[in-house]
Amino acid sequence: MTTDDIPAIACNKVCKSFGSTEVLKDITLDIPAGQVSCLIGPSGSGKSTLLRCMAFLEEATSGTILIKGQPLGFSEQDSGFRARQPASQIRAVRANIGMVFQQFNLWPHMTALGNVSAALRVVRGLPKREAEARAMAQLEKVGLADRADHYPSQLSGGQQQRVAIARALAQEPRIMLFDEPTSALDPELTGEVLNVMRQLAAEGMTMVVVTHEIGFAGSVANRINFLDHGRLLFSGSPEEVFRKPRHPRLEQFLDTYLDRGASMLV
Amino acid sequence: MSWKLFSLLLQASGMTILVSAFAIVAGLIIAIALSALRLSGNRLALGFVAVFVSFFRGVPLLVQLLLLFNLLPALGISLSSLSTALIGLTLCTAAYQTENLRGGFAAVPPGLIESADMLGFTPVQSFLRIKVPIALRLTFPTLISEAILILKASSLVSVVGVIELTKMASNLAASTFMPVELYAAAGLIYLAINQVVTLIGRFAEGRLPGTGVPAR
Ligand SMILES: Nc1ncnc2c1ncn2[C@@H]1O[C@H](COP(=O)(O)OP(=O)(O)OP(=O)(O)O)[C@@H](O)[C@H]1O
Ligand SMILES: [Mg+2]
Repeated sequence: MTTDDIPAIACNKVCKSFGSTEVLKDITLDIPAGQVSCLIGPSGSGKSTLLRCMAFLEEATSGTILIKGQPLGFSEQDSGFRARQPASQIRAVRANIGMVFQQFNLWPHMTALGNVSAALRVVRGLPKREAEARAMAQLEKVGLADRADHYPSQLSGGQQQRVAIARALAQEPRIMLFDEPTSALDPELTGEVLNVMRQLAAEGMTMVVVTHEIGFAGSVANRINFLDHGRLLFSGSPEEVFRKPRHPRLEQFLDTYLDRGASMLV
Repeated sequence: MSWKLFSLLLQASGMTILVSAFAIVAGLIIAIALSALRLSGNRLALGFVAVFVSFFRGVPLLVQLLLLFNLLPALGISLSSLSTALIGLTLCTAAYQTENLRGGFAAVPPGLIESADMLGFTPVQSFLRIKVPIALRLTFPTLISEAILILKASSLVSVVGVIELTKMASNLAASTFMPVELYAAAGLIYLAINQVVTLIGRFAEGRLPGTGVPAR
């Protein structure tokens, strides 16, 4: 088996409960390397929770998550005991992953350039000049070199999200996770963010995208995974998702998006 | 009132400013350290911070200063009047500032820390680079109010033998029999200093980059 065959992320029987509420039920899912995988499903179905488990921002109650074959968060010992990894190991495995949040989560006290260069300086220990040169290259890539010295409060939502993408990319992750990256944006700002994501996909980045943009999922995703009530109900190519007949829950879900510009795909 | 008397008051107000500025800055550093202990979630640390804060907020500063002034020699520690005053005032404002910062730290959106976590920041790094700067911006107005309160409260350090503005005024009043003029002049000097602090605060607040975390 070559390294290319190892899934970028392998979720095996992942369960997650908040108190007595089961939010994820036995999710087994491989995210293939170099492809775009979308997570779709109704509100509250557990999409964000699953994505956050993949980044260990949420601890799965049981099950395992492997990033490029390495366990993240917990290590299974020979005895079968599930031991929490030391923080340094979690950071090392997480270094493979970049994350983009619905609310951007830019640091308000730093400029765009500051946001993108901070981790290069603090985490990687690069000198200021080199960190800023690299950060600038990332800002150029998302088309915001001219906004480098703007603070987040001086940027539009779409620009903030592109800075957030540049910030994650600056750490050179091999996998990018997106949690509804455009749903806090006005429709006219959505396009600029989706374009950056399309470009990233074209470069072969492994991406997991939680999205309500069914049109984007249909045109960019290699695989679409449909979650409902914490279960993975369907997983397949866009053609398979949009081909009829469909699983009744998926049918019902897609129906609600018919008037949201996805009709041409259905 | 002669210029001679007024310049003596001005000199003594230097001591007032020195003691207060030291206490505010040192108190802020201690308050940040105590906030870190508080955020660590360690029970022992939480207990320590709770006791520290309630003691220094609950006991009058005058009593704290007198206690410190008498306790230190009893413990075999001999400190100058000035050092005693600095320690007393610093510990007191540290307690208030810890309490002021609490709300600021609580208001830092957790997503900002998650994004730091994802980029590989250690908890200490994200505390110093993200939480502290944001909490300070959010609580900046309370820091200015605290500075003004401490400038006024610094008049109490005369009980441990430090001659600052109020003490100088009262000494001069006793020797010159012009209490009204002297206390009025001292009051005006306090007012002027605090006016300047307020202005500096306003000026800085509008200029701190990224002030005002967008409400989410
Ligand atoms: N920290 C939490 N504590 C308790 N319950 C939670 C927590 N986070 C999520 N949940 C619950 O878990 C369920 C799944 O939430 P999740 O955010 O993963 O859904 P989602 O599919 O991302 O929904 P949306 O499309 O609205 O973002 C919801 O019922 C939610 O209320
Ligand atoms: Mg969600």
